[in-house]
Amino acid sequence: MIGELRRSLVGALGGLGDISLFLVRLIADMPRALLRFDLIAKQVFNSGGLSLIIIMLSGLFVGMVLGLQGFELLQRFGSEEALGTAAAIGLVRELSPVITALLFAGRAGTALASEIGLMRATDQLSAMEMMAVDPIRRVVLPRFLGGIIAMPLLAAIFSMIGLYGAQLVGVQMMGVDSGSFWSQMQAAVELRDINEGLVKSAIFGIACSLIAVYEGYYAQPTAEGVGLATTRTVVTSAVVVLFLDYLLTFAFL
Amino acid sequence: MGKSSTLNVGAGAFVLLGFAALAFLTTQTTNHGIHLGTHGSFYAVTAKFDNIGDLKVGAPVSMAGVDVGRVTRIELDTKQYKAVVSMQINSKYNEIPSDTDASIYTQGLLGGKFVGLTAGGSDTYLKNNDQISFTQSALVLENLIGQLVANFNNKGTDSSGSSGSSGSTPAPAPSPKPEKTK
Repeated sequence: MIGELRRSLVGALGGLGDISLFLVRLIADMPRALLRFDLIAKQVFNSGGLSLIIIMLSGLFVGMVLGLQGFELLQRFGSEEALGTAAAIGLVRELSPVITALLFAGRAGTALASEIGLMRATDQLSAMEMMAVDPIRRVVLPRFLGGIIAMPLLAAIFSMIGLYGAQLVGVQMMGVDSGSFWSQMQAAVELRDINEGLVKSAIFGIACSLIAVYEGYYAQPTAEGVGLATTRTVVTSAVVVLFLDYLLTFAFL
Repeated sequence: MGKSSTLNVGAGAFVLLGFAALAFLTTQTTNHGIHLGTHGSFYAVTAKFDNIGDLKVGAPVSMAGVDVGRVTRIELDTKQYKAVVSMQINSKYNEIPSDTDASIYTQGLLGGKFVGLTAGGSDTYLKNNDQISFTQSALVLENLIGQLVANFNNKGTDSSGSSGSSGSTPAPAPSPKPEKTK
């Protein structure tokens, strides 16, 4: 049993080491990949633009639920005007970076992992190497950078839509005063809060994109291997995002 | 190139939307930047208060509980050391007597402050840029508690006999107990 534990521990450490080395390799190649602006733009669209619908829909519903729950709770203290503050701080600092990252891992991360994994399985990556085209620079890095650029923007959109969802429920349905809703929010929310959300989502963007391209790049070149890489992308991303969120929240307090 | 350029347009539109959302968050949810104005026609009224508590710009102005306007600006009068509160009142309500009284109240128990107007009896009405002269400051909870504590202390030192008579009031409390046992 101890041997089994040791093996799994070594396996986990080995995975962490592999992914760190992979990150170092990506960073080393980054300056030249940044020049291929058209490739990055395409990937920004693939991971960001195509995730827009799911992000906006989720943001709307999260905001509306926040409006309902927040109103119900704040009403007990007779301070339902604080709903705007509660919704804005909850969304900007916590909910939008985390939920966006989880949705991103599910929508864009899986697409990246399976795409790169399938390229590996069908020997496209080897073919590129034969033609003296570096697959890291041509395939992996644009996807990695595209994910990093897309994530903070998606989180900002999520916050904005969520806020309107909360406003829709709180002000339009429950009759919280619109002026109090916005003015108390504006008095309470600082640029620091928005900064926190931005930094969080940027770091989640790096983590999710890195995990997705790593799992895809090192996938077993079989149908099963690609499927496994996709699953592992979602599971690892979710755990890593929630763990990092705790650390970052702690750091920002 | 045609497909690539439409993709670039899509990416550009997405990035633009993202930055627009970010700009919205920094200007509209914080007190930095310009806030979008309210629609409809209004007239401006000011009032000077000794103390406005934590009244905020955007707080409602209400009359008999009905929302009639908004607080648009709060400044300090550096000569009298009073708070000058500028309000915009909906033009629909243009027959508010000029001797109307403005007070600052609290919404709910812990809510924000708002301005409440109580109509006077004058025949002339408030016009644009008029000043409301009768005002009542915000009730600052700390001051109130301070007064209460001071009152209690006075009572305690003045007459110890009064506390003895008030002590008899909790006496009826034990009486329901026997009824329960039945």
